[in-house]
Amino acid sequence: MYAYDDIDRAIVHERVEEFRDQVSRRLSGELTEDEFKPLRLMNGVYLQLHAYMFRVAIPYGTLSSAQLRKLAHVARTYDRGYGHFTTRQNIQFNWIALKDLPDALADLAEVGIHAMQTSGNCTRNVTADQWAGVAPGEVEDPRVWAEILRQHTALHPEFSFLPRKFKFAITASDHDRAAIKIHDIGLKLVRNDAGETGFEVLVGGGLGRSPFIGRTIKSFVAGRDILSYIEAVLRVYNQYGRRDNIYKARIKILVHELGIEKFAAEVEQAWAEIADGPLTLDDEMIEDIRSRFIYPAYEKLPAEPDELRAAAGDARFEAWRNNSVAPHRHDGYAIVTLSLKPAGGPPGDATAEQMDAVADLADKYSFGEIRVGHEQNLVLPHVARRDLPALWAALDKLGLATPNVGLVSDIIACPGLDYCSLANARSIPIAQELSRRFASPETAALIGRLHINISGCINACGHHHVGHIGILGVEKNGEEFYQITIGGRADEGAELGELIGPAVPYGEVADVIEDIVEAYLSLRQRPDELFVDAVKRLGVEPFKERVYATR
Amino acid sequence: MPLVKNGQITADEFVAVADDVELPAEGAVLISAARLLADPERLVARNSPLGVIWPNNRDVAELKPWLDRLALIALVFPTYKDGRAHSQARRLREVYGYRGELRATGQVLRDQFTFLVRNGFDALDVKKETDAHAFGEATHRYTEFYQPTGDGHRSALQLRRQRHLTSAT
Ligand code: HEM
Ligand code: SF4
Repeated sequence: MYAYDDIDRAIVHERVEEFRDQVSRRLSGELTEDEFKPLRLMNGVYLQLHAYMFRVAIPYGTLSSAQLRKLAHVARTYDRGYGHFTTRQNIQFNWIALKDLPDALADLAEVGIHAMQTSGNCTRNVTADQWAGVAPGEVEDPRVWAEILRQHTALHPEFSFLPRKFKFAITASDHDRAAIKIHDIGLKLVRNDAGETGFEVLVGGGLGRSPFIGRTIKSFVAGRDILSYIEAVLRVYNQYGRRDNIYKARIKILVHELGIEKFAAEVEQAWAEIADGPLTLDDEMIEDIRSRFIYPAYEKLPAEPDELRAAAGDARFEAWRNNSVAPHRHDGYAIVTLSLKPAGGPPGDATAEQMDAVADLADKYSFGEIRVGHEQNLVLPHVARRDLPALWAALDKLGLATPNVGLVSDIIACPGLDYCSLANARSIPIAQELSRRFASPETAALIGRLHINISGCINACGHHHVGHIGILGVEKNGEEFYQITIGGRADEGAELGELIGPAVPYGEVADVIEDIVEAYLSLRQRPDELFVDAVKRLGVEPFKERVYATR
Repeated sequence: MPLVKNGQITADEFVAVADDVELPAEGAVLISAARLLADPERLVARNSPLGVIWPNNRDVAELKPWLDRLALIALVFPTYKDGRAHSQARRLREVYGYRGELRATGQVLRDQFTFLVRNGFDALDVKKETDAHAFGEATHRYTEFYQPTGDGHRSALQLRRQRHLTSAT
């Protein structure tokens, strides 16, 4: 956990007061909606179908139990008692009144939470591997760098009015859980031959209407140079990114139109102007941030404690353990994922009661720390393995022990037509229906890892392009239809999925997905050949045939 | 539109002159980039302050040879959501060392004042009268900043580094 100091606290409080003033000028009519809109967006406030939506930043997905309790408090006090965790590691509240927003922000500020730049054409919340700092084999904890980036990009005077939104993601593992290749800038922490820490920098990834996989622009930028280098990338983008057409305004289009080599040359030129200047980091600066990440006092514990052995007889516990418990960098500890995807539930939703209860469990079993993953699940990052049975029993009572993490019913879905004013179709009911159909743990285990991603429109908030199976809502003659893609992935081997054929009506989506899954089961070479790998080997044809032969 | 210069509402000494109008023999004038670039040597040699309106889609590096002889560069915010002039300002101030007046024109509103000042603007052609009067309040809201810019404020990282070193001795 990063501990705020007086500087961080001052900035967050001053931001709340600035927003309070902006809201009051809007309510008095001094600001027009046109003038207010970019300001409220920069504070996470959208105007949606039914009400204002409020998006709160969870930088690199790390929360303390006190912070999670405060989110529960906001859900209860100003909203309808629940929140929605998103693919940006944020949380959204869907039913909040404009007049309450400054108070909600002030409450959150007490625990060092803000909504700065969770929307708008600025640098957004920096996301990171949700296992950062605890996953075995990392170069180092990428959150130290994510925090440096968070600070640098927060209220950045030059980059608060970019052509379009701008998203960073960062990982320090070879296995990419942060989806860095679908971000405007993706950073991978690496160590060079001299043992120096630095970054492989990728640019130009993104989804939406024209999806792109990011490309490597520089294979090594030393840690001390990362801010000046990123500043150069952003400066080139600010100057040359298209502003004539919002669909072409993202950096991915600039990179695509110029070509990566030409774009890289522009960046080098811009970098030459500022490299070795005031943005250069030195060891004291980095150390200061690092020193404020507080790590648990791990004990020396057995990897196979008696408690675990005793619980092994319980099949439900074992199923959960096999699914939700991952190895930790310290022996005797584990990383535990809490599924926010119960059968029939809206993916990513948590009630205020659940949030409070998870905060209590984090205090009891995870040194007070919680993570939010981009798959819309929560994580307890430091659980002693001997506590796993007790934790499981508690989670089971809360409905947070569904053993489906990474399986077919662990669906990512945007809010779609139920909340979103841009939607063409519903997402949540499709996810609910699919999660019911695939509720049987035996079938899910047979199918293995399979990611379904659903977006209610082309904006791709549900990352449908990179779902192993992607479902995209489109509208035809006033009816909801869905395009299905297969073979996408968001990890280190990121790829965009391929369309299997004409869009299908709402009522047929679940059947079609079942057909695709059955086709996979009959076509796979071995039980451990993943769905995506089978698609890669076979192409879309056999799946297409199966789906459309009978329709 | 009221002009706020170095924090005060001031009268504008510069007269904007259209491209097809003869320049007055003396007095501070503000001309277009096209006019400046058509005959820069003669124009900067003129014996009165010269200012140029620089479009936001043109590289400010082109101005390098004339910077020490320009009294004013006016950068343009066609809408305040178009932030290109923010980058132009920082390059002029911090990379090329421009020391004359740097003026923000166009859709210049209260909620960008802090950003503008931090980026090196010292004069703002403010859109609304009420905003101009709120300049002091608007630019003193923040006491701390995360990023270093050329505005003289020490950034959070720099401040903490200082503390870190002091506490170590
Ligand atoms: C309900 C209100 C929402 C609105 C109005 C909205 C709006 C948009 C728009 C317009 C885009 C397209 C931007 C572009 O690529 O040009 C977009 C993309 C995206 N949004 Fe949302 N969104 C909403 C909710 C969400 C939620 C709930 C999530 C997370 C679950 C989310 C995460 C994303 C992501 C990850 C992208 C893809 C950006 C990319 O990588 O290119 N948004 N959203
Ligand atoms: S993908 Fe479309 S429908 Fe879904 S949240 Fe984003 S904008 Fe709304």
